Amino acid sequence: MKKAFEIIDHTADVGIIAYGANVKELFSNAALALFSLITNLRSVEEKLHLNLEVSSEDGESLLVEWLNELIYLFDVKHILFKRFDIESLTHNQLKATGYGENFDPMKHKIKIGVKAATYHMLKVDKNGDGCKAQVIFDI
Amino acid sequence: MAQWQGQLIKIDDYRWKIPENYKTGMRVPGLIYASKEMLESMREEQTPEQVANVAFLPGIVGYSLAMPDIHWGYGFPIGGVAAMEIKDGVVSPGGVGYDINCGVRLLRTNLSEAEVRPRINQLINELFHNIPSGLGSEGKIKTDQKEMARLMVEGARWAVKRGFGYEEDLGVTEEGGCLAGAEPGKVSDKAIKRGMPQAGTLGSGNHFLEIQVVKEIFDSHIASIMGITKIGQILVLIHTGSRGFGHQVCTDHLRVMEQVVSKYGIKLPDRQLACAPIESKEGQDYLAAMACAANYAWANRQCIAHWVRESFAKVFGKSAEQLGMKQIYDVAHNIAKIEEHIVDGRKLKVCVHRKGATRAFPPEHKDVPQCYQKTGQPVLVPGDMGRCSFVAVGTEKAMRESFGSTCHGAGRVLSRGAAKRSIKGADVIRELESKGIVVKAGSVSALAEEASEAYKDVTEVVNVVHQAGISRKVAMAIPIGVIKG
Repeated sequence: MKKAFEIIDHTADVGIIAYGANVKELFSNAALALFSLITNLRSVEEKLHLNLEVSSEDGESLLVEWLNELIYLFDVKHILFKRFDIESLTHNQLKATGYGENFDPMKHKIKIGVKAATYHMLKVDKNGDGCKAQVIFDI
Repeated sequence: MAQWQGQLIKIDDYRWKIPENYKTGMRVPGLIYASKEMLESMREEQTPEQVANVAFLPGIVGYSLAMPDIHWGYGFPIGGVAAMEIKDGVVSPGGVGYDINCGVRLLRTNLSEAEVRPRINQLINELFHNIPSGLGSEGKIKTDQKEMARLMVEGARWAVKRGFGYEEDLGVTEEGGCLAGAEPGKVSDKAIKRGMPQAGTLGSGNHFLEIQVVKEIFDSHIASIMGITKIGQILVLIHTGSRGFGHQVCTDHLRVMEQVVSKYGIKLPDRQLACAPIESKEGQDYLAAMACAANYAWANRQCIAHWVRESFAKVFGKSAEQLGMKQIYDVAHNIAKIEEHIVDGRKLKVCVHRKGATRAFPPEHKDVPQCYQKTGQPVLVPGDMGRCSFVAVGTEKAMRESFGSTCHGAGRVLSRGAAKRSIKGADVIRELESKGIVVKAGSVSALAEEASEAYKDVTEVVNVVHQAGISRKVAMAIPIGVIKG
């Protein structure tokens, strides 16, 4: 199987490169990359699910918006996600269900606090092989 | 990545110019404050490119400036200063940064190193217990929406009114701890939801609280006006900002500006530089929300200062007054301010973006507190936890050439990942202990990211701004106790 994502290093911060056979998979993998920065995904169970919906102007900013929504949900509702079903995805709107559980300090080790997905060095590429996206996070 | 190959024209030993013709689209030249030795790593990191990119922004006047602690940021470099003329200029959330009004507050005490060393462990434990810190830390301050709205408008005064610290603290805080123009209605529900539980918390990352010992005094007259009177005196430095609240404000408004950039016909070399005219609705909305976040940060540092005083009082069995725990100053490191500056002989109203830079106003400036009218505004420059921090003052020269701005800290040289791979948190603790520094951290592994090796030497940074004349060194202190989130 092709790898889902990789982590890239940036002087003050950290970023991800996510891959996908299609855009849905790309968005799902980018979100998994985000949560793998925050904690060890293997320690997260699917105990709850949440309907997620974001919209934006174009594909690149939709990706930033999507990741920022998940960062917000972790910061405020303390939800760690480990799987996503992307139900619909257009150039400016995404509907998905996220599966995961509430953060439990006894169970989940927080690796870093991710505070925002940025537009900096943002790239979303599509080619015959599939899709690839780069996002830098503020931590 | 290949080294940055652009031209840097030497003006003198500490000033390097990026000519306006380096890139089509630059409206002003770039000016980097650095020693020759520092240029190498700046080229390596491509930061001059970011300095040049900022020069594209409409309305920028003078230079796109970079302080010696500059490092690669999102869009704007960290350590960058840019002033835009109000009437045809833009404001850019990226020119302030995510952690709006991340800043530092310095308290003095009348205690000496000899009095504090024997109780340092107890003191650090008490502080760690009393001040919420770490990832996702939630505060002891309970606010509802109404209280949050007051906090956003009143800033540090909100905290003083509720018994956190003294009225006189406000007089020695930039803007009196309250930036005018804050409108809670311009802040999203999301930002408020993130902000409410985190009020009164230190946070994580590079935020810290340090017990310091004065090691060197460069100007004893100015130092004595600040109440720094002897080597060995204990100071307390608090470094934190607006937490998730400021991040959400920045995220929300970046998104708005991202959408309107083309409407205003602005061409940008990097999406993260998204901006809008200062006088447009989007620009005004951002400034009103940014002021809310700046005020949140001042309230945050005000509360933390109060708990620092409480903790000292408990450990030493004396009141904070008896311990002489007065505030020296509090400065913002990430902020945009409407100020008046002389540019090419003309008095202009400008929006000064300071992203990882400190205001450094000179003696006799109207915005400098009465007690510092003769010295200039105190400038607080924290270093990394294994080295030292500086107190300096603003100068007339800063006013003339850097929009009254100077450096803000050490500046990273190693990415967090690289630091973590090469350094272990436990080793950092041992190394610091061997230097006589006690550390308590929410996350030991995160400590590695903040190890000395990850930062430039702040002494070199401060020496450049001192030699260049945009601020003057007053005193240097080293940590003996550190709390990291």
